[in-house]
Amino acid sequence: MANEPIETELAGTCVDASGHAIGMPQLCADWFPNQIFWLLVTLGVIYFILVRIALPRIGAVLAERQGTITNDIAAAEEYKLRAAEAEEAYDKALADARAEANRIADETRASIQEDLDAELARADEEIAERTAESEKAIAEIRAGSKQSVHEVATDVAREIVALMGGNADQARIDAAVKSRMEG
Amino acid sequence: MATEAEVHGAEGGSALSFHPLDQFIVEPLFGDGPVYWYTLTNVTLWMAIAVGCIALLLVTGTSRRAIVPSRSQSIAELAYGFVYKMVEDVTGKDGIKYFPYIFTLFLFIVVSNFLGLIPTAFTTTSGIAVTAVLGFGVFIAVTVIGFVKNGAAFLGLFWVSSAPLVLRPILAIIEVISYFVRPVSHSIRLAGNLMAGHAVIKVFAGFAAIATIAPLSVLAVTAIYGLEVLVAFIQAYVFTILTCVYLKDALHPHH
Repeated sequence: MANEPIETELAGTCVDASGHAIGMPQLCADWFPNQIFWLLVTLGVIYFILVRIALPRIGAVLAERQGTITNDIAAAEEYKLRAAEAEEAYDKALADARAEANRIADETRASIQEDLDAELARADEEIAERTAESEKAIAEIRAGSKQSVHEVATDVAREIVALMGGNADQARIDAAVKSRMEG
Repeated sequence: MATEAEVHGAEGGSALSFHPLDQFIVEPLFGDGPVYWYTLTNVTLWMAIAVGCIALLLVTGTSRRAIVPSRSQSIAELAYGFVYKMVEDVTGKDGIKYFPYIFTLFLFIVVSNFLGLIPTAFTTTSGIAVTAVLGFGVFIAVTVIGFVKNGAAFLGLFWVSSAPLVLRPILAIIEVISYFVRPVSHSIRLAGNLMAGHAVIKVFAGFAAIATIAPLSVLAVTAIYGLEVLVAFIQAYVFTILTCVYLKDALHPHH
């Protein structure tokens, strides 16, 4: 085995001739520089990727998403406000319509009342007219009856005077009857 | 594993051969030469794959910039939001500017951990050298930030003003010790968890060479694999949140 020492030297002090670890490979100082060097390179590359590309991009996406959500919420808020406005307008229209309906009903009621009043007034007038006519007729009748009584009384008085044998003068009898009736 | 065991069995006379730690060997991708600091190794390969996965997820996945995200964009946004919220919650508003660094750490660790779960993959975060660089990197950065932001007032971190006066020096010593132990525990926790899990899976897999135990072995490997999936994420999470906590101490050193 002439080449065995060379083999060992090539493999280092941490590996035996058959390629197995001597002790803990983690503690083999021969490999420290290699691990440390490549670790630093790796960390540097990762840091570079993060700072140059990944973090700004992810940060921007998250910010954009946050912005979108905020905007959408604001838009929803606005729609809600608009819906409330629409509801208010609807309520107002409803109230207006109700007021209008009341007004029309009142107007109608008033005009009917007017017609009714006019009708009543006319009826009253008619009644008054008829009453006046009737009174006039009654007065005529009354006047007629007085005249008749006067004539009858005059006639009766003249007959009585004639029967009594007097010669009654028409004028005196009339005056006497008249004074009696009016007295 | 089976052929490995057979070969070894032929050599050593034993039916079983465990090399659970062989998976952590760093080897050159091309040839058999020694591993220099610049050598392209399996570490390089798997770190490059991790970078590729991260780029795929965060760059290609989000390329449509959709308001309503696709699946990959959702995952990217989820990861972003997860770490961003963690940083914000733990360190407060003034910690946000360190978010890219913390997100880098989190992504590297979580992607490497999951990639390590692919059979025959090399788990880069199971090496103590890697996690120690991460841990001590955080430690040094946080200490520097603490002194730059607060000056000498940063030392107030060790002086527990809410404790009785006699206890304060003792507490200060404990606080200082715990402060300096932080990077050690921070890095060993990550590497240790991953190494242990992977090694245990390998040990159970080794038992599959014996036919009578094989079903049990497969069951155990499956179960531990499930556990390791959990560990892969939890360790990345723990590492990241502890980084945030240390950063918070640096920004607001008063208890």
